[in-house]
Amino acid sequence: MNQNKRLTLETKDSFADRLKTLLFDNKVMIVFALLCYGAFVVSGSQIETVLSEVFTRIARNGFTVLALLIPVFAGMGLNFGIVIGAIAAQIAVFATVYWRFTGFGGMMLAVALATPMAILFGYLVGKLFNKMKGAEMIAGLILGYFADGLYQLLFLVLIGGVIPATDPRFIIDGGMGVKNAIDLTGSLKYTLDRVQIIDLALGLFIIIAVITAGKLILHLRKKRSFEHKDWIIFAVVAVIYGLTYLPAIEKHLFADRVNLIVALPLFLAFVALRNLYHLYRNRKTAMPGFSRTRSIFMIVLAGVVFGLTYVPRLEALIMSVNLPVLPFILIAGLCAFNNGLLNTRLGQNMRTVGQSQTVAAASGIDVDRTRVIAMVLSTVLACWGQLIYLQNIGTFSTYGAHLQIGQFAVAALLVGGASVSKATNKQALIGVTLFHLLFIIAPQAGRELFGDAMVGEYFRVFVSYGVIALSLAMHAWQRKIRKEDPEFPDEVPSKPATALAHKVKEAD
Amino acid sequence: METPYLLSMDNITKEYFGNRVLKNVSLKIKPGEIHALMGENGAGKSTLMNVLFGMPVIHQTGGFEGQVQLEGKVIRIQDPQGAMKYGIGMVHQEFMLIPDFTVTENIKVGREIGRSSILPLMDRVFGRDLDHMEWEKMSTDSRKALDSIGMMNIEEYAKVAGMPIGFQQFVEIAREIDKTGIKLLVFDEPTAVLTESEADRLLEIMRLIASRGIAIIFITHRLDEVMEVADSLTILRDGEFIARKDVVETDLVEIAQLMIGRSVEKLVDDSAEDTRRIDDDRIALELINYRVDMPGEKVRQINVKIREGEIFGFGGLAGQGKIGIHNGIQGLFETEGSVIVHGEKLDLSKRGEALRKDIAFVSEDRRGVGLLLGESIERNIIFSAMQVKNEFLKGRFIDRKKSRQHVEAMIKLLDIRCTGPEQTVGSLSGGNQQKVCLARALTLKPNILMVAEPTRGIDIGAKKLVLEYLRKINLEEGTTIVVISSELAELRSICDRIAIVSEGKISAVLAPDASDADYGLAMSGLSREDVSA
Ligand SMILES: Nc1ncnc2c1ncn2[C@@H]1O[C@H](COP(=O)(O)OP(=O)(O)OP(=O)(O)O)[C@@H](O)[C@H]1O
Ligand SMILES: [Mg+2]
Repeated sequence: MNQNKRLTLETKDSFADRLKTLLFDNKVMIVFALLCYGAFVVSGSQIETVLSEVFTRIARNGFTVLALLIPVFAGMGLNFGIVIGAIAAQIAVFATVYWRFTGFGGMMLAVALATPMAILFGYLVGKLFNKMKGAEMIAGLILGYFADGLYQLLFLVLIGGVIPATDPRFIIDGGMGVKNAIDLTGSLKYTLDRVQIIDLALGLFIIIAVITAGKLILHLRKKRSFEHKDWIIFAVVAVIYGLTYLPAIEKHLFADRVNLIVALPLFLAFVALRNLYHLYRNRKTAMPGFSRTRSIFMIVLAGVVFGLTYVPRLEALIMSVNLPVLPFILIAGLCAFNNGLLNTRLGQNMRTVGQSQTVAAASGIDVDRTRVIAMVLSTVLACWGQLIYLQNIGTFSTYGAHLQIGQFAVAALLVGGASVSKATNKQALIGVTLFHLLFIIAPQAGRELFGDAMVGEYFRVFVSYGVIALSLAMHAWQRKIRKEDPEFPDEVPSKPATALAHKVKEAD
Repeated sequence: METPYLLSMDNITKEYFGNRVLKNVSLKIKPGEIHALMGENGAGKSTLMNVLFGMPVIHQTGGFEGQVQLEGKVIRIQDPQGAMKYGIGMVHQEFMLIPDFTVTENIKVGREIGRSSILPLMDRVFGRDLDHMEWEKMSTDSRKALDSIGMMNIEEYAKVAGMPIGFQQFVEIAREIDKTGIKLLVFDEPTAVLTESEADRLLEIMRLIASRGIAIIFITHRLDEVMEVADSLTILRDGEFIARKDVVETDLVEIAQLMIGRSVEKLVDDSAEDTRRIDDDRIALELINYRVDMPGEKVRQINVKIREGEIFGFGGLAGQGKIGIHNGIQGLFETEGSVIVHGEKLDLSKRGEALRKDIAFVSEDRRGVGLLLGESIERNIIFSAMQVKNEFLKGRFIDRKKSRQHVEAMIKLLDIRCTGPEQTVGSLSGGNQQKVCLARALTLKPNILMVAEPTRGIDIGAKKLVLEYLRKINLEEGTTIVVISSELAELRSICDRIAIVSEGKISAVLAPDASDADYGLAMSGLSREDVSA
């Protein structure tokens, strides 16, 4: 026996095969991208307007779509139950504006009110899902409608009817029930979008300072060792904050938006550095999921894109887009959180539970608890997502703002190429982008083609729900053939190439 | 009260839906002892171990009666977590691995090493949930565990999916070995999926573990293994306690008699007259420059002609490629070269093509055999024949009467221990599930039957039935049979010719009565000429 020859799963697939797999795995995304392109050409829209509109909408919805990932990790499928998080946000926003709290402080109050509610709701939803294992998606969908009913009861009957509330700005003339639309102008509108960079720097500094102090205290109490690394982090942040006092720098920091021409290179640098780091870490032995070619390709790609920003036509296009700073930082933060979570014990437990509840239980993982936590996290994040959304649009329909959020977010995620059992940050972000692109362009294209914007609108709705229906059907069908076809093993061992491809996806 | 026993289970009674599968069973083990738990398929061995390990299936079906003592103290084990806390580990009969996880992830599942989170105070609130996973440390541990059981050739960061079954078994063992504070380890038929040399290594490892003072409960159907490693044994029959004996004071014959309640004859009764006509020109299955890219069981180049009506065996050590042969024909892995069935080339890129050409398979992968665990025995047995050959159908509906008759005959024939054709396959004992697989393949009445490890996990009595039946359909129906097995004795008892696969190639094709020396040489990839030269 070849004692020394270790079993390695090297890929031997040809380039053509790999390309085929790549295209096949991303089929939904590709079709959607082509659709967007076609609609764009037909509509004759101006690319500048479309582009800046898309970024505005990513800032508005990206967070909510990303909130869907955690339940997918835990094997609970696409969480239609995020509607309930949105409801928590709306109740909190109503209370905040009713009590006339405004500005950033008002927003923080809304967060403080909404979060405990979302935690409670998420806990209850999680408990319910544990009773309905395997039918979470249906349960979530129905639960969304049920919660909407309770919400209507609260806003139509209880507020003003039972809970004393008389403010004519919000209450229907008869004294019972809340008006149809709530205007946030002057209260919460843009409270997050308009946060200036300089305030963010201060915020970062304060947070790091508090954490460092906490660590120091624990160190003095001998509960935890204080490492060099901790000092370095603090020092770096302090220096950055110090720099903001230099007048030359300071004058740029009163802005609440950055131009894409600034943000894009930062993003590209991040991509390149990240891949460099992967290359460095895997220099000796390649961990599964790591592909040297892929990393190098990403670095080169980042370089090329950076080069393209010097093409005058593109430069002008890119310069026409301004990004609200805080929403994008929050989105980046959530991406980091999702990734970070996977690297914690909790995240690993979620993955295990997602893969096999039997194995998880037999290895001493509390399956039900893990699933409840996943739901709580998802609901809270969705609730925050809705707060970001509401402050951006600035006025919301009391009885409608939360309704479509579940279907919308799910469709966006699916468009990005995610499935019921696998989803990544990247897919979520690509998904929102494409989905919104179609949102923006379709009505225009409809008008050009059929002389009626509604046709485009119908088409868009048809396509987005079609995507959901299709991928749910495909999921059910795949499970069915796996179970039903006794001639083929239950778990067909994936070919090395596909096995690695999965890992790559997870790593993102 | 002082007791010499580490574990004693007393008067354990368990019912599944009114069916008593354990009746006042007792089991006692001393520290550092290797204790064999023996009995026929369905005797209740796995059930007893599930009780010990607090598996959810026990509690979900009404719990059990009786008492469990650990080191003289009565304990109540509610769930696997509890069992682990008491230092009880288990290698389950059905694999408990996650295919999409790496070896390290599987070894460390539920026991990941973490560094407390970067944010202080978080630990206070979230306990160890937010620990950062230390994969490097975990890989080192896994490597150590794998090395300690001699599995140098399993990469700790490879995915489990697609690994040969023997490797998966060792990954599970590594997982248990890696646990600290283990006092008692249960091995539920660990050797059933291993080849003889792997099994030998496992027995060595068991001795090593026992020498550290850890008690071992060892479930197996291989009596010679029991004689070799066990110190003592308990025998169950039909859920009843039959005897507890020290190995030194008993022998093979007595154990077999106690297990089955009757005496056992030789492996296969070959009194039937051989009237087959096997012709060198009529080839059922030919492999030409055949290669299969199955990880861990690569077939590098095989050329062989299997004649119509013969029983042909593939033997050899694990990892050498014999398992890859049928998996390739079944279309589960990439292949090169040609596979010719009755003179026609098989298109391996189409899944299910082999099936349409009247080739049936019984897989070596117990869990992956594709039984519909939630469906009845009946449906499982007739399903493929219904799908592929439109049998058991009356118009578009199932012909209940015919199907019932057939299934009842099969149950009797293979001695499937069950409450009837309606019982769900998931609630059968492991060995009886294997028999259902076999019955399903036999029902297809294939022209060529490829069976891998046909008697894995099947007790000695049933083993005889299975082998005899294979021979019978070969004689009476003229079915060409290809047996892939790690048990040489089994191959030699029924095959006409046996090819030994080594390093992905056939090192020799031998007659069943060739000498042990020839077999030994072939297994190590040599031939007589190599030696004499
Ligand atoms: N979940 C279940 N529901 C109902 N009956 C069950 C269930 N699990 C096992 N049984 C029954 O309990 C009996 C004992 O099964 P068990 O799995 O303990 O046998 P075993 O001794 O391990 O056999 P083998 O050697 O084949 O693995 C069998 O008759 C089986 O049908
Ligand atoms: Mg068993």
